[in-house]
Amino acid sequence: MSLASESYFQQSGRALTNAAKVTARDVNVYYGDKHALKAVDLNIRANEVTALIGPSGCGKSTFLRCLNRMNDLIDGARVTGLITLDGDDIYDRSLDVVQLRARIGMVFQKPNPFPKSIFDNVAYGPRIHGLAQSSADLEEIVVTSLQRAGLYEEVKDRLVEPGTGLSGGQQQRLCIARAIAVSPEVILMDEPCSALDPIATAKVEELIDELRENFTIVIVTHSMQQAARVSQRTAFFHLGVLVEFGDTEQIFTNPQQKLTQGYITGRFG
Amino acid sequence: MTEMVDQVRVSATSEKVNARLQRRYAVEKRFRFYGIASIIIALTFLAILLISIVGRGYTAFVQTEVRLAINFDASVIDPSGGREKAVLSSADYAALVRDALTARFPEAANDRQARRDLFSLISQGADLELRKMVMNDPSVIGSTRDLWLPMAAAVDQLRKGHMSRDAEKGGQYTARQLGWIDSLEASGALAARFNKWLFTAGDSRQPELAGVWGAVVGSFYSLLVTVALSFPLGVATAIYLEEFASRNRWTDIIEVNINNLAAVPSIVFGLLGLEIFLNVFNLPRSAPFVGGLALTLVSLPTIIIASRVALKAVPPWIREAALGLGASRLQMVMHHVLPLAMPGILTGTIIGMARAVGESAPLLMIGMVAFIVDVPASPMDPSTALPVQIYLWAASPERAFVERTSAAIIVLLCFLAVMNATAIYLRKKFERRW
Repeated sequence: MSLASESYFQQSGRALTNAAKVTARDVNVYYGDKHALKAVDLNIRANEVTALIGPSGCGKSTFLRCLNRMNDLIDGARVTGLITLDGDDIYDRSLDVVQLRARIGMVFQKPNPFPKSIFDNVAYGPRIHGLAQSSADLEEIVVTSLQRAGLYEEVKDRLVEPGTGLSGGQQQRLCIARAIAVSPEVILMDEPCSALDPIATAKVEELIDELRENFTIVIVTHSMQQAARVSQRTAFFHLGVLVEFGDTEQIFTNPQQKLTQGYITGRFG
Repeated sequence: MTEMVDQVRVSATSEKVNARLQRRYAVEKRFRFYGIASIIIALTFLAILLISIVGRGYTAFVQTEVRLAINFDASVIDPSGGREKAVLSSADYAALVRDALTARFPEAANDRQARRDLFSLISQGADLELRKMVMNDPSVIGSTRDLWLPMAAAVDQLRKGHMSRDAEKGGQYTARQLGWIDSLEASGALAARFNKWLFTAGDSRQPELAGVWGAVVGSFYSLLVTVALSFPLGVATAIYLEEFASRNRWTDIIEVNINNLAAVPSIVFGLLGLEIFLNVFNLPRSAPFVGGLALTLVSLPTIIIASRVALKAVPPWIREAALGLGASRLQMVMHHVLPLAMPGILTGTIIGMARAVGESAPLLMIGMVAFIVDVPASPMDPSTALPVQIYLWAASPERAFVERTSAAIIVLLCFLAVMNATAIYLRKKFERRW
């Protein structure tokens, strides 16, 4: 990796302090009449992996989608409360949602590469945001992003082939490369490994740990082992309520709430 | 002991399953039979339709012509010898044809009735042919040429066996006329030659000179206008309704109305076109441009509905992926959703166009049913359209128009086949895996 590309990502990593990158205060989400998320307060620190766990329908994905306003797309969804990114209200009228999503990238549950070439998949974000000055620049960004996603060695000879032709695990790493090509500050991951086999999962988890150096990561997962492996902080949701939030080690070894204890010991879920 | 009970239970169950299995197979077999039977019935009707159309129509592709030695007599065509265009164009070419015929049958030369009978055997198109030759190349004047010239449609019908020789069975020729025809036939001067008028001429009162080209060009211009208007309008409407508009009472009302419009009889659109385009906007009557406007109204609902279905079929995660990267809604649609929906949209559009090509009712209302001889040179010239031409010929009393009606239907079917083949080609070309 060249020095130029290193500095490109250094900028996007911002300060390496553990201050709160994203804060949520009294966040409520309603889908029509359904109160899906109830009064959630949460601080997400920079350069950490924050895991959101909880049984199905507990609101963890809903919360994740509030952070880059993907809930705006759902008819009848309403969000109240305050969510800030570096102190700025992301639901403020003056804030442009396109710019917000450039700063907060997202990786989805099912690998969803565009039906275009591997190169075009990664280049799409930089292209629409005008991040590359020249085609050499663009190529640099694409190669670096693929390298950081640990995919470059596997695909370097077939960048022009369709991204949909890769295996599931490769596709998901391609989606991660696509997300980091925009050099966001925060990456949201919605159960990124649920459609992958154990080996591909291990690779993605390893990748998440490396990415933490430059990005703030929020990951929703169904697997408690995964949360324990990759995250520094864990939030446990149940029925739309944030039950417990703390250091991952503390949550898994010494949960303060009975509900949390019940869930992580597998008594329900 | 318990083992034995289990054994018994298992065999009893499998017996029941077996009994049902036979029934299931029988039902499946019956269903398959029904399917095949219905396909066979549908194909049979299609075959009957095609055979009857082609069977009636194929004879129209050839036409009886006569070989005559024409003397381009300078004293008849251009007595002054100036060779001016005006003189050449208004010369009495029919006289040349008459001279050639009386030279061939001298016995008719001095009998007025016989002359009239003889001259009625040849088409008026013969003198038009001679005129065209002279206008193209005045140097033929003064020479004698062996030329193939069109016979009257009734002679053609007689030779094709569509008309009886017997006057009591509808034959219209006298024994003397039949004698002349037989004499020409015996000397090898009559032949069925390719009917060039059918593919190059506009409509005509003389069946042997009538062609579909005017209607084909009219249909083509109408279609051009229809595509140019209904494709962008339809696709833009579908994109807006599907990707941008929020679901509320207004969009529900619009949706119901669009679906309703698809089912409105096309004559209603014709009346609307008559009132709006002709009476309010004062656009020219009988013009393919106005026909195209009316057909746009007919095909628009089909295109909107097909495009919306195609857009709906694009998986939602493509949209999420694009928006998640910070694409705007318009970028999401233009870069990802529309390209993936394109095959479906194009198929829908061409189905809409095929419907428009076959539509005659709205064109009747805006005057494209007029008798128009000239081939239109622009979309604003008066013209007719293929289905309307079929309607006009089907309503004509002459026996020769029967085969021409079928020939026009064959041309229309070929037109549609080309369009549908284009649809398949475009779909294959734009289709992508995802």
